[in-house]
Amino acid sequence: MSPEPMSRAAMDRRTVLKASLLAGGGLALEALIPLPASALAAARGEPAAPAALSAFVSVAADGVVTIVSKNPEIGQGIKTSLPMIVADELDCDWSQVRISQADVDQARYGEQYAGGSTATTRDWLPMRQTGAAARAMLLQAAAKRWRVRPAELTTAKGRIFHRASGRSLGYGEVASAAAALPPPDLSQVPLKDPSQFTIIGQRVVGIDSARIVRGAPIFGVDTRLPGMLYAVYEVAPAYGGRLVKADVEAARRAPGVRHVIPIVGNGDYDSGLADGVAILATHWWLANEARAQLAVQWDLSAAKGHSSSVYRANAEAAIAKGPQSDLRVDGDAAGQLASAAKRVAARYDYPFIAHAPLEPQNCAARFSDGKLEIWAPSQTPQRGLAALEKALGIAPANVTLHLTRIGGGFGRRLMNDYMIQAAAIARAVPGVPVQLIWSREDDMRRDYYRPGGWHSFEAGVSERGELVAFTDHFVTFGDGKTTARAAGYNTAMPPAGLVPHLRYSQSMMPTVINTGALRAPGSNALAFASQSFLDEVAYAADTDLPRLMLATLGEPREVAAPGNGVPFDTGRARAVIARVVEISDWAQEPAGPQRAKGFAFYFSHRGYFAEVVDASVAGSEVTVHKVWVAGDIGSHIVNPMGAENQVRGAVIDGLAQALAGQAIEFVDGAVQQSNFHDFPLARMPLAPEIEIAWVRSAKPPTGLGEPALPPVIPALANAIFAATGTRVRSLPIRLRSA
Amino acid sequence: MGYRLDINGTVREVEVPGEMPLLWVLRDELGLVGTKYGCGKGYCGACTVHLDGAAVRSCQLKVESVGAAKVQTIEHIGTSATGARLQRAWLEIDVMQCGYCQAGQIMSACALLGRSTRPSDAEINAAMSGNICRCGCYHRIRSAIRIAAGFKEEADHVA
Repeated sequence: MSPEPMSRAAMDRRTVLKASLLAGGGLALEALIPLPASALAAARGEPAAPAALSAFVSVAADGVVTIVSKNPEIGQGIKTSLPMIVADELDCDWSQVRISQADVDQARYGEQYAGGSTATTRDWLPMRQTGAAARAMLLQAAAKRWRVRPAELTTAKGRIFHRASGRSLGYGEVASAAAALPPPDLSQVPLKDPSQFTIIGQRVVGIDSARIVRGAPIFGVDTRLPGMLYAVYEVAPAYGGRLVKADVEAARRAPGVRHVIPIVGNGDYDSGLADGVAILATHWWLANEARAQLAVQWDLSAAKGHSSSVYRANAEAAIAKGPQSDLRVDGDAAGQLASAAKRVAARYDYPFIAHAPLEPQNCAARFSDGKLEIWAPSQTPQRGLAALEKALGIAPANVTLHLTRIGGGFGRRLMNDYMIQAAAIARAVPGVPVQLIWSREDDMRRDYYRPGGWHSFEAGVSERGELVAFTDHFVTFGDGKTTARAAGYNTAMPPAGLVPHLRYSQSMMPTVINTGALRAPGSNALAFASQSFLDEVAYAADTDLPRLMLATLGEPREVAAPGNGVPFDTGRARAVIARVVEISDWAQEPAGPQRAKGFAFYFSHRGYFAEVVDASVAGSEVTVHKVWVAGDIGSHIVNPMGAENQVRGAVIDGLAQALAGQAIEFVDGAVQQSNFHDFPLARMPLAPEIEIAWVRSAKPPTGLGEPALPPVIPALANAIFAATGTRVRSLPIRLRSA
Repeated sequence: MGYRLDINGTVREVEVPGEMPLLWVLRDELGLVGTKYGCGKGYCGACTVHLDGAAVRSCQLKVESVGAAKVQTIEHIGTSATGARLQRAWLEIDVMQCGYCQAGQIMSACALLGRSTRPSDAEINAAMSGNICRCGCYHRIRSAIRIAAGFKEEADHVA
């Protein structure tokens, strides 16, 4: 799609809509919609920057509708679901639609990223408006041609009908004429009544699926450029390691090796460039084999003492000592605990874990004449541009960045370290295209891990069994002032705002380990700790967790979150809890020895999810028989085909975190795990039956990449307790044989 | 060293070290990038190809060991009736999320149906447990295999 220069523009205070003639005939429509603030920045607590959201749709003379997908596709289905929203309001047939993946262009597309389950929330209305505006212009062009009023016309499946005269035409026939019309005011364009949706809510097959089953080259790692060399980048075994020396000559003599390039990093191994040695060869395997010849000496002193055992001991000491700071204090928790009829206390912890997307980190780059061209599977390509400038001094204006399909994100590719490495290597061999591919061992050992954490909880229950006081001392990682990336607390975490007396407090210890967001960041760990503990409270109060949650939630209302946080709707929470209790037949315990159900609820990324797990225990073996999920992500499920897959995937992801033995451990900053034998992922036999029920509240749709994950882990832990009487207070779950 | 390989019905001559795993000959020498690198140790199955119809991990197979065996990859599997049925079934219920592992999944599934035309769920689990899907699309992988095998799948089982 290469539109002619803009012919006309309609502007209002909020939006710009540009219509232009498509090369070869047809209508190209571009909507630029200013957003109040950067959603990503807000989600990360960074200063708000002005941002614009763009939507691009064109209708060619032959009736083919092209919709630009601007965000990275990581398997969340966004490349299919956002265009579905545009196409529905345009009222075309899905078979007419083609989708083109945009390159990275901040000025043109605004923010382009995949993270935080944010896209559906943000883009639902603008995507509808854009599709509706294109339809309105086509209608107007048809009305003009037939000399009738637009109100006399109807549309269906990409055709316009004038019932009175029996005439009809395809969108393509009037697309060029429409391009010459003044675009409508986007905020005034009439939208469909949702009952008229023809594409939203249908089971639509992913736009790349047909190519995937044929093995077509669409992933980052499939990038092939003429004369390309394959690269590995050997880094220190421990975080922060500095390069002392390497046997460059020996590696250079290895078969197929063309270049061996020691690179001194910029000292910022977290967000910049770590010291390392690049080996470039004719085949990736040859480059990887040559690593053995390097005999690198590293200075590993920076990471000394950063061991899992030390972290554990530090956490114990911090809990014994008491919190360093308060995060939220409501009422008088200490006083209420002292006078409570029943008092419950327990400690919970969870380990560092890796993202381990199946496509290892990789990036192709070519540097010539001061210009850098990059092919990257990145969830945050624009942050990558900024990082390139910071680490290597290459200005964004000199970089062309192509987005490839991504073989799994899970938050790992929010970071762009591999992109910086590929660019640094490519700059050392100007004119030679380079593809950097990390080995699985590189990927496992140089992640931005979900940080481990420790919680010391206490709760007070009244004579009547009400939760009256709740405290949590959270021990995490940070420099004493700010927590490490993705190591912060959520002060809105239930039961905050629901219990009158509450104290959330925190202690920090330093770490040299890179940490980062992993699917449902924060929530994936906080849900396990808090909902498992609340299950203990429910037992102490002679009730069960669904009843305790319903009693604590109280009447349907909105509970404000601190700062700019998303308000919590107790009515929506109640509805999903009631629904999962119903579909799982909660009161009915499953038959069989050491077999029971467990429940948990969590609210994250605007999604309300309640889940029930049916599990049994034999010796140290846990079997999950079935999981029920009730979720509320608003009024519409844009693409149920993708949505159900997201929910099942999230549930299996959570079960793997709990049951497969996932834990990343350190000795003096060196990661002890290396591949899938010692950091296991879910395999087919682990996948239980999963039943999903949607609760359709009257709210606009929100994202689904993350919120179904958090409740499944505590629901499983609570089922294990119900089955065996043994509390799971530490992840991963490791039961002793009876 | 030079090797003559029968790949997807065509003889290809390659000049590579004999120790090089078939995976990297396919990807970096022959440009057949549908076969994926996931772990390099035979744990994940992303690199699964057929050697005379049997599923093998191409990251663990030295090119010098291939000999006269017929190698088949995801790019060619649609030319067999079973392969084509599997690809159709995969699309019918849109098995994948990120899609990176799916070439390996389809190759393993195709080898399974080659030796057991109506596999039980237990057989499917056993045959497929060497293939990791990080996104957790296991229900649909199982269902797609059953559809390709001619079983009638219940709608909610598929969903």
